[in-house]
Amino acid sequence: MKRVYVNEELCMGCGLCEVYCAVQHSKSRDLLKAFKRETPKPVSRIKLLQEKPVSFPVQCKSCRDPLCVSACLSGAMHVDEKTGSVIHDEERCIGCLTCVMVCPIGAVRINPNNSETVIKCDLCQGSEIPACVKFCPNEALTLEER
Amino acid sequence: MVKYVIIGCSAGAVGAVEAIRELDPVGDIAVISEEPIPAYSRPMIGKYLSGEVNLENMIFPSKNFWEKQKVQLFLGKKAVKLDLTRKEIELEDAEKIGFDKLLIATGSKPIIPNIEGVTKKGVYTFTRIADAEHIRETVYAIKAQKAVVVGVGLIGITVTEALAKLGLKVTLIGRRDRVLNQVLDQKAAGILEEAMRKEGVCIVKGRTVQRILGRKDNDDMVGGVLLDDGSAIECDLVVFAVGVVPRTELVINTELKINNGVLTDRFTRTNIPDVYACGDVAETYDFVVGKQRVLALWPLARISGRVAGYNMAGLKLEYPGVASMTALNHFGVPIISVGLTTQSGDSEGYETLVFHDQKRRIYRKIMLKSGKIMGMTLVGDVERAGVIFHLMKNKVNVEDFKHKLIADNFSLASLPETLRKQLIWEVCNEFHYSPK
Repeated sequence: MKRVYVNEELCMGCGLCEVYCAVQHSKSRDLLKAFKRETPKPVSRIKLLQEKPVSFPVQCKSCRDPLCVSACLSGAMHVDEKTGSVIHDEERCIGCLTCVMVCPIGAVRINPNNSETVIKCDLCQGSEIPACVKFCPNEALTLEER
Repeated sequence: MVKYVIIGCSAGAVGAVEAIRELDPVGDIAVISEEPIPAYSRPMIGKYLSGEVNLENMIFPSKNFWEKQKVQLFLGKKAVKLDLTRKEIELEDAEKIGFDKLLIATGSKPIIPNIEGVTKKGVYTFTRIADAEHIRETVYAIKAQKAVVVGVGLIGITVTEALAKLGLKVTLIGRRDRVLNQVLDQKAAGILEEAMRKEGVCIVKGRTVQRILGRKDNDDMVGGVLLDDGSAIECDLVVFAVGVVPRTELVINTELKINNGVLTDRFTRTNIPDVYACGDVAETYDFVVGKQRVLALWPLARISGRVAGYNMAGLKLEYPGVASMTALNHFGVPIISVGLTTQSGDSEGYETLVFHDQKRRIYRKIMLKSGKIMGMTLVGDVERAGVIFHLMKNKVNVEDFKHKLIADNFSLASLPETLRKQLIWEVCNEFHYSPK
């Protein structure tokens, strides 16, 4: 399965991956409109981690044996039968944070717009290349089958 | 005869069916449950009571799951007798089902204290969807305004929040000195208690309920509770959330070994061949404290069910064991607590690292022993929990970077390079509770 991989050495910590992730998941999908006019504010599903000199964003890897799916209390986290990727159904999410507790890479975040749900990378469902990969100016992020 | 029979239709059964079907796409599976509906998310009954979710969204794990997995469901039918020699189960309506492999996934039942007045109308427990329905009916029927919740565990907190959201004035009564005393220390509990009080919840600590009082105009209905210090609290309904015990009534008179729960080995097997047990009813190995114990937690039920399923279908798969693990997000306070968490201070070789910021309502505590993580408590800022839990499960020696674990900016990026790369790039391909 294709996953987003990071080449830490190439990441400059610019944070554009977060910016474009938020835009991709906004209503308008337009950089200026999304941040200037939309309420609630668009949020990024990935998080740029930094402890200088190290930086890199962390995205859901759709684990082969996803702990978040096994542990989910509501059935919101599930594996897509066709693609094998881990899908989070926000409608069913009760924000119990069990997935946050068990995700070994910390890829699940509390939704800043609604603390009773969580959000995570959905590999930009519907687009061929995820926004973070597409807009990374230094090609630190790649979508690959390894 | 049915090849696989599962008693109980909740998280354990779901896990077992998923695993069995991976290995055996055609073997007959039958699931027996006394509840009239198939598995639903029990932890969601709080949100169901408060009206935030409907039944459709609670179906667990998904719609048509049982059909897709070709499972024969016996719903609304109680298993009343188990004959291990003849490998047969008898249902309430005298129907008999023979089995080749059996999984006992009967779960747990709430404790109702044996006190005066406990049979009055308006006394509830809170573990099933029917409980939520009955409470809601009562709240609307008598226009209830005041409720008493007894018990400060996860269920007590959940039902307190739901009732508060319905507009009731809730008094929470606990016999301990703090809420969630089994998973939180004084400071962590204090943060949650403060948030609860802000929402109008009254918390009475160190007290027990001695008697349920009747209403002045109708003694059969709840009118209040009498505490052990002689004080009385008026209320329209009482919810007992003082813990659960394994539902062993079906197996108690069989040759199955029972301690606190049905004893299982590292492969979820009981002492009787072809009979397995999982979830709340089973006693399993706790890898943090290194002892057998019963832990009634939803994720563990599904995972142990899955391990049982693989073993029932003929694959020998070891269950890594359980750990106390609690995540909750009530009254606006996110909390995650795993492993050893209730002690404070350093003793018996344990080292405690603490970060506490009262203003931001953030609290972090890590318990270490010989450089390894034995427990964590995170309040307010919990997004690092999974990484720390992973280090804990893998018994990684964190001595060299232990102080970073409680620092504000801790993340994967704070870990030493080799460890980090291993964690990120290898864990996603690992199998945790599945055959390789």
